[in-house]
Amino acid sequence: MSTTLHGKDAVLAEMGQHPALAALVAGMPEALADARWDREEMTLTIAPAEIVRAAEAMKQAGYNFLEDVTAVDWFPALEPRFQVSYHLLSHVRKERIRLRVMLSGEKPAVRTITDVWPSANYYEREVFDLFGIHFEGHPNLRRILMPDDWTGHPLRKDYPVEGYR
Amino acid sequence: MSQWTATPILEAPVASGAKDQTMVLNMGPQHPSTHGVLRLVLEIDGEIVERLYPEIGYLHTGIEKTCEAKFYHQVVPLTDRIDYLSPMHNNLCYCLAVEKLLELPIPEKAEWMRVLLSELTRLNSHLVWLGTHAMDIGALTVFLYTFREREEILRIFEYVAGQRMMTSYIRIGGLALEPPVDFFDRVQGFIRTFPEKIDEYSNLLTGNPIFMNRLQNVGHLSAEDAIALGVTGPPLRASGVDFDLRRDMPYSGYEKFQFQVPVSQRCDVWGRYEVRLQEMRESTKIIQQALDGMPEGAIKADAPKIVLPDREKMKTQMESLIHHFKIVTEGFTVPAGEVYQGIESSRGQMGYYVVSDGTAKPYRVHMRNPSFASLQALETMCRGRMLADVVAVIGSIDVVLGEIDR
Repeated sequence: MSTTLHGKDAVLAEMGQHPALAALVAGMPEALADARWDREEMTLTIAPAEIVRAAEAMKQAGYNFLEDVTAVDWFPALEPRFQVSYHLLSHVRKERIRLRVMLSGEKPAVRTITDVWPSANYYEREVFDLFGIHFEGHPNLRRILMPDDWTGHPLRKDYPVEGYR
Repeated sequence: MSQWTATPILEAPVASGAKDQTMVLNMGPQHPSTHGVLRLVLEIDGEIVERLYPEIGYLHTGIEKTCEAKFYHQVVPLTDRIDYLSPMHNNLCYCLAVEKLLELPIPEKAEWMRVLLSELTRLNSHLVWLGTHAMDIGALTVFLYTFREREEILRIFEYVAGQRMMTSYIRIGGLALEPPVDFFDRVQGFIRTFPEKIDEYSNLLTGNPIFMNRLQNVGHLSAEDAIALGVTGPPLRASGVDFDLRRDMPYSGYEKFQFQVPVSQRCDVWGRYEVRLQEMRESTKIIQQALDGMPEGAIKADAPKIVLPDREKMKTQMESLIHHFKIVTEGFTVPAGEVYQGIESSRGQMGYYVVSDGTAKPYRVHMRNPSFASLQALETMCRGRMLADVVAVIGSIDVVLGEIDR
C-alpha cells in the first residue's frame, strides 16, 4: 500500500518540496483549496476563480504540457456537484499533476485556459458538450461530439444511460 | 438548453478576414482519404486552404457513459472498440489504471506478454497507417504489401486471443488465457522476416521522387506548436521533441527493455513518415527481447476475488466456482479514488482516467485519445498550403475516428 495523504495541511507538511505545490504556495497561496496525495498521484484543488493563474503558475513550474481536461459529476452526493480535472505533464520532470476545480450545479461555469494552452480548446468543448459546463472566454464553445441540436448533456448523472425516450 | 446558443459552423469567427473569392468546400465524412468519418469544412482561395474546420462526432457511441453502467471487467471489451487498430493498447491502458486503483501487483510473465503484445499492436497499427498513407498519396502498391504482414499479425492475435481485432485479451490482473504452446515460435517466425519487409516498404517509398515531393516540407509543425496544441507520439517526435512514455515514464516493465526513441528535426510529413518507419524497427527489437527473456510463471495475479479462475479450476473446485459466480454476477469493489494512467499507443499518449466511488462499477471512465488532440493541429499544418496537401497531412497524423468520437 502506498502512502495516502488527505487534506492540504497533511500534504504540505509531508510534500512541501513538490515543485507544483511549492510554486502555488509561494505565488498564490489563496488559490490552493485542498490537496491530496493518493496512489502516487498529486491532486491540487484550486479555487475556481484562480484556475487561469494557477495554470500559468504550473506552466512556469515546468508542467509544460496539458494532457487532458475532463469532468466528473458527483450528483446527487455532493454539492458543488461538478469536478473539472486538468491533467498536466512535465516533459522535463517526467511526472504528472492533476488540478481540479469544483463547480456548483447551478449554471456551472469556469474561465477557459485556452489562453495558456490552446489544446484546451477541444477538451473544454467536449466537457461543455457532455456535461454542460460553460467555459467563459472560450473561442468557439460549440458541441463537438453530439449533434448541434441535441438536448441535454449525456454524461451528467441525471441523464439516463439509454437516453430519453 | 438554449442558454448557450451555438454558432453555426460557417459563421464561426473568421481568422484571416473574409475574402470575396474564397469558397467553402465540404470534404467527407465519406471521403476515402479522411480515414473513416472525418468531415472537414474548408475555406479555400483557389487551391489554397484559408481555413479548415474539422467536424467530428459521427461515430460517437457514448462509450464513456456505457462504462459507468458496467462492472469493471465488463469495460474491457468496450475499450477494444475505441481505437480499433490498436485494441491491446486500450485494454492495457484501462487495466493498468484499474490495477493502480486496486494496487494490484501483476506477475512478471503477464507484464512481458503485455509488452510483447502491445508492440505487435504497434506494428499492426503502423502497417495500416503506412498502407493507407501511401495509398492516399497515390502509391497503391504498398497497401497490398503492408496488409500481407498485417494479416499475419491478426492471425497471431486470433491464435492467442480468439479474435482478430477485438481481442480483449489483456484483463484486469493479467491476461485472459495462457498463450498457446507454439505462440512464441509463431511470433519468432514473424519477427525473423519482418525487418526485411520494412526494407521492402522503404525501397518502394523512401527514394520515390513523387512520394518525396508530396511529403517533404509539407504540413510544417514546430515543436512549440505541437506542445501547445496537444500533439503527442510520432508527430511530436517528428517535430524534434524527444519524449516517449515507454522510456520516460515506463509502465508494465518497459524499463527492462533496450530500445531507441526515433526523433526527427524535420517537423514535416516526411519526418513523421521516417519516425514511424524507424519505430517499427525498434518495436521488432523489443519483441525479440521479450521473446528471448520471457519469464516463466503465472499470467494472472494471485487475487481470486478479482481475477476469474481458470476454467478447469472453476469446474473442479468449489471455492473457485464461488469466486467465479461472484465476479460474474456482482463484480468486485474497487477502493474509492481517482487515477490517471498514460501509455504510449501507436498514435501518441493515450490516457485513462478512472474514478471509483468504492462500488463495483466505475464512477467515471474517461479516455484521453491521441488522435482527438492531434486533430487540433490540422489547421496549423494546412493553412496556406494546397488542398492536396491536406490529404497528406491527415495521413501523417494517423487519425482513427473510433477513438476521436468514442
